[in-house]
Amino acid sequence: MGKKFKEKFAFTILALITMCVIIPALFIFSYIIYNGIGTISLEFIFGSPTKGMTEGGIFPAIIGTMSLIVGTIVFALPLGVGTAIYLVEYAKKNVLTKLISLAILNLAGVPSVVYGLFGLGLFVLLLGFGSSILSGSLTLSCLILPIIIKSSEAAIKSVPNIYREASLALGATKWQTIYKIVLPAAMPGIITGAILGIGRAAGETAAILLTVAAFFLPRLPDSIMDQAMVLSYHLYIISSQVPGMPDAIKNGTALVLLGVVGIFFFAATVIRIKYKLANRA
Amino acid sequence: MLKVTISDLNLYYEEFHALKNISLDIEDKEVTALIGPSGCGKSTFLRTINRMNDLIDDVKIEGLVMLEDQDIYNKDVDVAALRRRVGMVFQKPNPFLKSIYENVAYGPRRYGIKAKNQLDEIVERSLKKAAIWEEVEDRLNKPALSLSGGQQQRLCIARALAMEPEVLLMDEPTASLDPIATGRIEELISQLKKDYAIIIVTHSMQQAARISDKTAFFLMGEIVETGKTKEVFTTPKDKRTEDYITGRFG
Repeated sequence: MGKKFKEKFAFTILALITMCVIIPALFIFSYIIYNGIGTISLEFIFGSPTKGMTEGGIFPAIIGTMSLIVGTIVFALPLGVGTAIYLVEYAKKNVLTKLISLAILNLAGVPSVVYGLFGLGLFVLLLGFGSSILSGSLTLSCLILPIIIKSSEAAIKSVPNIYREASLALGATKWQTIYKIVLPAAMPGIITGAILGIGRAAGETAAILLTVAAFFLPRLPDSIMDQAMVLSYHLYIISSQVPGMPDAIKNGTALVLLGVVGIFFFAATVIRIKYKLANRA
Repeated sequence: MLKVTISDLNLYYEEFHALKNISLDIEDKEVTALIGPSGCGKSTFLRTINRMNDLIDDVKIEGLVMLEDQDIYNKDVDVAALRRRVGMVFQKPNPFLKSIYENVAYGPRRYGIKAKNQLDEIVERSLKKAAIWEEVEDRLNKPALSLSGGQQQRLCIARALAMEPEVLLMDEPTASLDPIATGRIEELISQLKKDYAIIIVTHSMQQAARISDKTAFFLMGEIVETGKTKEVFTTPKDKRTEDYITGRFG
């Protein structure tokens, strides 16, 4: 077998594997779009559910999901990036740091319902936040922290040391160096982590079940201390708990959930590109 | 006038004795070249003068480094303030991922200078001193990385000069540059020595011979010989120096 053939063979296998990943995803997307697009109307998006959720819109759930995403990012991003900065720039490289790193990695593998129970115990009951957007956001923050920390850590580590040295040699302090040089250079990578986190948080059901989600609450939440309907949970309910639910509403809801996540992805990507361009400038 | 006085300096990386009893006087407005084979400690030595070795864990330093009348390893010394007095240029050009202007203004900004006209003035003066002003004056807001390697290195020199240091440390500043860019940097160094004490690490003996007033020859963490460059190169006192500069090893 010639070298050329081997290379072609390997390339083909890799291409096939990639296809195996992309095609089902594309299929799911197209299926949801194809079946859901007919349901989308102003009334569906901006209306409240009526007649046992079989008619009307899903606006309260859209607002619920958006509040949760924003809340989650507000808590998880500063905490996660801060942890990553500490681990990379300040912590001594010893056994303890390694253990912490390993623990964070393990947290990423904890089932989300466990986070839900943790959130119920800590935020809802012990701290008395009740079943609320605040409790839900904090619980989801814990859930996505490992993702944010790990991707921020990788992004900060990948900033070449020559930049840190240049900054320090100019008489900048360590914090100035991190804030002015390292973080801007690491920002695209950090935002990539945030995007992954948003996706995870928006689709999560088990973790919010016990901490924020309302089964049926056909009005908008009036504060972060209020319960809320949430798209993912709503989708779960109408798909499995409500008999006689029209398929169109299920598919429409799924499509809206995709759309909401898409909006946040888009916003994050714009910020990411802005930083990338700024880094080149 | 003496600018930096180093006496009985010893440096250890954990168990490794990297610098052994180094004593050296650095004159103001002169170029001092540090030559020697790779791993002989000349870069490590250079980095003791602006305390860049502080960044590495497990380094132990003994001895005295005096910047004029200040013991720079005294525990009361503000390291950031010291590094403003002792600027540094690195082996590989390392401009920040910012515009040409922001690269030069970076140091002064950290120092607390905010006024636009003041910064403009510093940027222009520094770029002129580093002999790159004419090439960049109409594109100060362009990315520093859009410059050629040699221009980037002169930008890095301008960035160091913006702090108005007294001493300029250069760690093989032309190692990654082509001969023409190298020539321009060497010319620049000859200009700059009118105002600064310059210490340059170089692998090129021709370079040391061309631009330096004094030369110190390092070998295995020790200074074997130091003196006027002319004398070190024409009438070396130590056999090892002679072997090195005639190219018998290194």
